[in-house]
Order: sequence, then C-alpha cells, then structure tokens
Amino acid sequence: MTSPHSDAAGPAEPGGPGPGGPEPGDPGAPVGRRVVLGMLGLGAAGVAAAPYLQRGLESFLGAAADKDPTGLTGLLPNGGGFRYYSVASSVPRRTAETYRLTVDGLVRKPATYTLADLRAMPQTRIVRDVQCVTGWRVPDTPFEGVKLSRLLDAAGVRPEARAIRFTCFDGTYSESLTLTQARRDDVLVALRMQDKPVSHSHGGPVRLYVAPMYFYKSAKWLSGITVTSSVLPGYWEERGYDVDAWVGRSNGRTDTPTV
Amino acid sequence: MERTARRRRFTRAERLLHRTTAALMLLCIVTAAVLYVPQLAELVGRRYLVVTVHQWAGLLLPVPFVLALVSRAFRADLRRLNRFAPYDRAWLRAVRRREHGPSARPAGKFNAGQKIYAAWTAGAVLVMLGTGLLMWFTGLAPLVWRTSATFVHDWLSLAVGIAVAGHIAMALADPEARRGIRTGSVERQWARDHHPRWLEDE
Repeated sequence: MTSPHSDAAGPAEPGGPGPGGPEPGDPGAPVGRRVVLGMLGLGAAGVAAAPYLQRGLESFLGAAADKDPTGLTGLLPNGGGFRYYSVASSVPRRTAETYRLTVDGLVRKPATYTLADLRAMPQTRIVRDVQCVTGWRVPDTPFEGVKLSRLLDAAGVRPEARAIRFTCFDGTYSESLTLTQARRDDVLVALRMQDKPVSHSHGGPVRLYVAPMYFYKSAKWLSGITVTSSVLPGYWEERGYDVDAWVGRSNGRTDTPTV
Repeated sequence: MERTARRRRFTRAERLLHRTTAALMLLCIVTAAVLYVPQLAELVGRRYLVVTVHQWAGLLLPVPFVLALVSRAFRADLRRLNRFAPYDRAWLRAVRRREHGPSARPAGKFNAGQKIYAAWTAGAVLVMLGTGLLMWFTGLAPLVWRTSATFVHDWLSLAVGIAVAGHIAMALADPEARRGIRTGSVERQWARDHHPRWLEDE
C-alpha cells in the first residue's frame, strides 16, 4: 500500500516511465483473472451455503411480502407467493356458463358436469402447504371442492381400471394419477383456492388439487377426467419429471412433505 | 501510421463477438424475465418453448468468446482487460471522489470500470452456466444440488441483469463509445479525453 499522499499524485506518480502506465516488462497485476476466479469461488460457495441462506431469505422475504403493498418482493427469487406457469400459448377463459367437466373412459356412466353441478355437491376444504418442484413453497393454502373419489364413484369405475388421465382446456396440459392415488381423501376437484373462487391465472374455474404431491400434479384448467387401464404420463412427466410426485420423496428433492 | 481524425478501436471480429454475445445475453435475460415475472409468464405462456430457448441461449453464450480467441486483436484486448496498471487504481479513486476529466481519470484502452465489468461478467456467466447445467441435467450431480444451484442461479441472474442494464445505460450516455463498438473507430479527441493512456502505437 502506498501512502494517501502519493495516491493523490495520480497520473504524475513517481517512477512511472514516459507516458506512465505499467513499466516495460511489468504488465500489471492480473486483476481480471482474479475477479473471474473470485466469482467462480463465490458461485461454488453459494451453492454449498444455499440451503442455509435460502432458509433465512425465505422467512425474511415471506415476512416482508406480507407487508409489501407494491408486490415487488414477489418478483424476487423465493419472494413468496405463487408463480404462474402455463405451457400453452394462450388459455381460453371459461365461465360458469361455458365450463364443462367430462368424466369418461373405463366407467359405466360417463358424465358431464357444469360448474353449478359441481357446486351443488358436498364440498371438502383442505389447508396444506403448496410445494412446487422448482423450489417455491406457499404455506397453509386452503383448497375447497369435490373429492375426486366422489366423482369416480358416481361414474362407476370398471374393474379393469388402474389409473386416471386428466386433460385441460388450455389444450396442452395433461396429468395422471393411479386409481389408488386418485381415491385419496386429499385429492380434490377444486372450485375454491385461498377461500376465493379459483381465478383464471390459478387455473379456474376448476383445477385439480393433489395435496401430497408436487404442484405440477394439480393440473390447472381441468376439463377432462378419463379412467384408463394404465398410467399415461402427463405433460411434464414426458419431459423428465416423476409420475409419482410425492413431496420430499421424488424428483430428487428433500422438501418437507405437505401432508 | 497516417494520422486521421478517427482512430481504430475494434476489429470486425471483435465487433461481431460483441454483437453475438449481446444478442445471446439479451435472449437469456428476456426469456428469464418471461419465466420469472408472473405478468410476463401470463402474457407469453409456452413455458416449454421459453425454457428451451433460455437453455440454448445460455449454453451458446460463451461460444462466440471461444471462437474469437483466434483473433490476435481480441487476445491483445483480453490482456489489456486483465492487467491493472497503477493508473487504474487512480481511476477507481476518482470514481469514489466523483472527479471527472482525463487527468482525474487516467485510463488505457480500457478504463478500470470496463476491466472490472468484463471480468465480473465473465465470471458470472461461467457461474450461471455451471448452475444452469446442474438444473438442466439433474443426473450430473447429486440431485439435492439442484435446489442449491437454482438458488445461486436465481439471485445471480438479478445481479447480472442489473450489471447489463448499467452497461447499456452507460453506452446510451456515450454516443462515441457506441460508434466505436458499431463501426470500429472513434474520434481521436474522444480517445484522448476518455483513454489518455491508450498509446498511439497500441
């Protein structure tokens, strides 16, 4: 280190030859290389420390998001709240008048439900965390709707049936469950989310809700329930995600189970 | 060398490198915004397509740099960017003290800020590439690493976005610098004012 006085000399630094700058033969310190290596080191340290940093940031940003009127915290990574994912170019809107849910496949009585039909059936409310396979988690989210098992019972599932295929009116997305998974009490055809009707961007008016699994199983914009003889992998499952998507026990993740 | 009003700053290969890198970087940033900002995601949809474009743009981002290494002029500029002269520290001090002008801010062909930006961005791109590959090819490493890689990738992307926005803002404020990277040459007077230690024989 030089003294502050010689620092102030600036361009007229003593010892600088001719026009100044590095002396011939002295190319100067390789600061650029050090910065690049430093970034690589920081990156590796960040990956190593991520589990600890992430926990702290999530609780901090989650608390900040509750008091943030601008919604800007929602744009930060792990800033809390839901994120919008759609695989289709655009999703048509369905209202109470235009919405239909069909139940078909290996059933004795195929059926088509309107929104009013579904609302008239007994409703079940479940409050669990939502966990996305990409990492975000929204705590204590209420979902309310008709148990899928009730719709299956009403349709009369044939003995050779083993699985369900779900299709969506976005025209692209699909999901699947085994019959055993589909009959669980915490699998809903959801009409309400966060104690409001399911909004369009959350997959309304009707979406699937599979409480114990990663959120990609909870297909948005649900329009078809087809009973099948074997599991047909859904949209993301054809792209490498697990079919049996239990939270904390699939997709190589160790999240706390939601159920 | 004949003295003209303009001075050569970048070769055709360097300008092509800058242009392709800028295009790929912007593609990365735009697709990242579509994947992350809910309003944009809602507007665009097509998540699988956007993810695919983002992955390939990111993977290709360092390729122009590697190809440009065959250029002698580019390698010489890399050496200039790498090495810090004593006057670079004076330049950084002048920034801290908000002093302006050629005597307060001595600089060679690249000033200290440009050197740090170049090195920081290069390091950041490599970290983004590494963490991005961990997220893409989950079989590369223990699967629990993916969450950690995602965490670093997400936060560093914010920093990269801010740095690139600053880079563009400074270019917008300096038309002659933009002309330099667009046409390859700059006014001699601009070079004397902004890069007084950029020697004539360089």
